[in-house]
Amino acid sequence: MTYKLQFGELLPYMGVLFEGLLFTVVLTLISTVAGVGLGIGGAAARTFGPPWAGRVFVIYVELIRNTPFIVQLFFIYFGLPALGLKLSESQAAFLAMTINLGAYSTEIIRAGVEAVPKGHIEAGVSLAMTKWEVFAHIILKQALQKIWPALSSQIIIVMLGSSVVSQISAEDLTYAANFVQSRNFRAFEAYFAVALAYLGLAIVMRAMLRGIGRLMFPGH
Amino acid sequence: MSDFTFWVIFSNLLLALRWTIALSLVAFVCGGAVGLLMLFARVSKIGWLEALTRGYIEFFQGTPLLMQLFLLFFGLALFGLEVSPWLAATLALTLWTSAFISEIWRGCVESISRGQWEASSSLAMTYIEQMRYVILPQALRIAVAPTVGFSVQVVKGTALASVIGFVELTKAGTMLNNATFRPFLVYSLVALMYFALCFPLSFFAKKLEGRLNAAR
Amino acid sequence: MPLVDIRDVRKSYGAVEVLKGVSLDIAQGDVAAIIGRSGSGKSTLLRCINGLETYQSGSICVDGVEVAGEKTNLRELRRNVGMVFQQFNLFPHLTAAQNVTLAPKVVNKTGETQAMDLAKEMLAKVGLSDKAGNYPSQLSGGQQQRVAIARALAMRPKVLLCDEITSALDPELVNEVLRVVERLAKEGITLILVTHEMRFARDVGTKLVFMHAGKAHEEGPPKALFDAPRTPELRQFIGAPA
Repeated sequence: MTYKLQFGELLPYMGVLFEGLLFTVVLTLISTVAGVGLGIGGAAARTFGPPWAGRVFVIYVELIRNTPFIVQLFFIYFGLPALGLKLSESQAAFLAMTINLGAYSTEIIRAGVEAVPKGHIEAGVSLAMTKWEVFAHIILKQALQKIWPALSSQIIIVMLGSSVVSQISAEDLTYAANFVQSRNFRAFEAYFAVALAYLGLAIVMRAMLRGIGRLMFPGH
Repeated sequence: MSDFTFWVIFSNLLLALRWTIALSLVAFVCGGAVGLLMLFARVSKIGWLEALTRGYIEFFQGTPLLMQLFLLFFGLALFGLEVSPWLAATLALTLWTSAFISEIWRGCVESISRGQWEASSSLAMTYIEQMRYVILPQALRIAVAPTVGFSVQVVKGTALASVIGFVELTKAGTMLNNATFRPFLVYSLVALMYFALCFPLSFFAKKLEGRLNAAR
Repeated sequence: MPLVDIRDVRKSYGAVEVLKGVSLDIAQGDVAAIIGRSGSGKSTLLRCINGLETYQSGSICVDGVEVAGEKTNLRELRRNVGMVFQQFNLFPHLTAAQNVTLAPKVVNKTGETQAMDLAKEMLAKVGLSDKAGNYPSQLSGGQQQRVAIARALAMRPKVLLCDEITSALDPELVNEVLRVVERLAKEGITLILVTHEMRFARDVGTKLVFMHAGKAHEEGPPKALFDAPRTPELRQFIGAPA
């Protein structure tokens, strides 16, 4: 049997696909900001915080990094209601993505913090700054600059991983692809087109993150 | 009754865990083999071959693994190829693994200083000989830690095979949840089993990395 | 009362005692040069004065405030004690002017326009008015160290500590930094310098301290000490004939 590719069959569904794309973009955007924020807090706690806070973050980071995202998502969406926390598909997707990226960025940013020369901390302290002022004004930016490429890669990995949220019926790009192929029975076309959309998104995001890096860290 | 349910869930998950391990091993070994070929092609200095591998790597690194699974499972069926979930999962994970692992290894090869290439070529070695006797032995040492580290990603990646109906740990969890309505317990156990599998690998990778840094 | 009053300070790292009872007075307007072999405890002593290092016994008072006192606010103390490091330690993500204004803005809550004026004034003091917008990586070692001095001065400290500030510089860059320090000395700023520049210690210093084996072994007016060292250790150190 020969199968003829007909990408034209996707045309009537462009609206659906675009809505899915939009959901994926917004989901990624919000959870990137929240996840990196969480990572900054985690890195600060692990390097400058009290020992108990450091330990809490070690456990959090290891638990997340050593379990699949889809299981984390199912745990949040199906498991948490048993504890009385009922979330919508979008809320669960957002929470899972944030927690996931938060763990990875804690680890990445911590590595950056530890790479900042000790002399810079001493210089800040000598200028009468508190350790949190030193962290906020001297260490954080240098650390972010050092690990920006690694953090960018991780953000893109998390964006690609977000396709899994379709499995709890959050209406993202993958969900849209599933919907389209269930209607027009053009599975290969639908998935291939959507795969390319993800690829395009990854390329655009990489360029944007590099641009943001250049804006934030000039002069080097 | 509750105790009974727990043991039913636990034992069934353990049985399914075997398939997660099997799929991980196959994907890792096959992915490593394909990755090695990709590595050679990527640093071959043959223009079109390099461009081709770059495209391959870009595609598999730049699209979701889930999408790759769907393409192979649903897509190939349309062309008359009968693809079982096991085959589709193995194939997708192999291709995905090879793309990442060849890039990891390329980084290791490129971290060997230019001087090593120049010294060996001044000893009249061919490209293959340089690779075989000078570059790879050094690169291999550096590559162990990140390779072990990536094996964790492969184990976690196998969880997506559940989506196309392959019954491994995650799929078994979903089925047991549907049968017992104990989502909190089921997914906690599933997560713990993945953790038991992945954490030793992560820990080992970190240890290796530390030892290598200390040795340099 | 001396501005910096050091009484019988002892410090050890584990079993190794680095400071074995150091006593020293530094008065307002003094330019104290601390010399001695590496390992004699000079840098450690300096770092104790602004609380970067702790000591086990004795006392160090700056302007009447005990550094290691239980109720001492280290932040308050460090506003009065500036420090310049051997490795500059400029913040690489900030321009020269931003390096100078960071602490005034964060710690003293100085306003933006006032901070700008401050940067101008301090950079002019070290002769780098034209480099305000440059990042550390765009400056020579000597220029970086001068920015570091401006940064410390911007907090208007009562005393400035300089820890071998020319040791990391190429020989041809040493003088531009020393000239800046000399000008500060003439303006009457209280300085404590750990240094290997003997000529500078002799010509600019008002007080010479020779550290040996964890103690202030000999001290006095620089010219007198250089011309007639009293102890054999100092004589040997400066290579004077016996």
